[in-house]
Amino acid sequence: MDPLKQLAEFQLDVLKEVGNIGAGHAATALSKMLNKPVDMKIPQVNILPFEEITNSLGGSEEVVIAIFLRVVGEAPGNMFFILTQESAKKLLANMAGIEIEQEGAYSEMEISALQEIGNILVGSYLSSLADFTHLSLQPTVPSLAIDMAGAILSYGLIQFGEMGDHALLIDTKFLEGDHEVEGHFFFIPDPESFETIFRSLGVPFE
Amino acid sequence: MIVDHLVIKVGMADLKVVIGRDEILKTTGLGSCVGVILFDPTIRVAGMAHIMLPTSSIARDGVVNIAKYADTAIPDMLEQMISLGANKGRLVAKLAGGAQMFAFSGTSDTMRIGPRNVETCKEILNNLRIPIHAEDTGANFGRTIEFHCSTGMLLIRSVQQGVKEI
Repeated sequence: MDPLKQLAEFQLDVLKEVGNIGAGHAATALSKMLNKPVDMKIPQVNILPFEEITNSLGGSEEVVIAIFLRVVGEAPGNMFFILTQESAKKLLANMAGIEIEQEGAYSEMEISALQEIGNILVGSYLSSLADFTHLSLQPTVPSLAIDMAGAILSYGLIQFGEMGDHALLIDTKFLEGDHEVEGHFFFIPDPESFETIFRSLGVPFE
Repeated sequence: MIVDHLVIKVGMADLKVVIGRDEILKTTGLGSCVGVILFDPTIRVAGMAHIMLPTSSIARDGVVNIAKYADTAIPDMLEQMISLGANKGRLVAKLAGGAQMFAFSGTSDTMRIGPRNVETCKEILNNLRIPIHAEDTGANFGRTIEFHCSTGMLLIRSVQQGVKEI
């Protein structure tokens, strides 16, 4: 039996709150960078079969820009910040004043700007999470990839692959003021991290 | 003449076996996962597996999805193909995927999953004495693959390198 299926409704609500707080801080950081309001959608906590994890990004072959970091410490997991190509372009134009001329091709400068934005966002997501849970959580150095959503996200599922055929994703979508930039945070705690997260928040977990 | 190709989708941690004519076996978004194709060219029996992990010994779930692990998927695919009339002596293999999607300084074993998947698949094929006719493995990019049963050709599509046939 997939242990994920035994999570109760209120436990899922707690994970939503985890996503809310993490992404909320990241959205504030982004808003400061852009000097524009950034809206955030209510996080989705989904237990999905592997096949469906890329659905919210437009499918397995959709080309996306991803910043990935591994969370190490008391509640290890995988964290992604994912942008569509269109959104990355707008983010660069809004923030760094860089106009991408060629669709799909990024210069070193553009890549490093995206990497830096990603670093700041995932970093603030993680540090607010650590504050909120009082857990010791450290990021590995974030790494950037521009590739098919399936190839990227499946990398974050290895730990779940050893346990079942479903993964739990905390997906938070944010939109920049005029809805131009759409990005996703995916936090995929390792299966054994749930207990630690719940206990640290005083949520019963057997 | 327009040939109506039938595309058979192979999901993540999934395997499919067909007696092919114009069928195309397809799997999308291979990252660290490996696509293994076995093919009997004489009677065109083909199988494709989208493998996630090297060995089922690391499985912590009681019920094992055999298509997920190299050491269970490849023998199962072989058995299914033989029951469709394939001859083990005629089988050839093709491999794609097993990339290292993200670069890390500290490369723990879990993070090296792509190369480990490829190594294990090769070892298993070698033990079964199935020759590997072509491969496009490793590097740091994702791949979508299509195996054309009519010709035995494997088409590989990637963001970084476009389209390639092996």
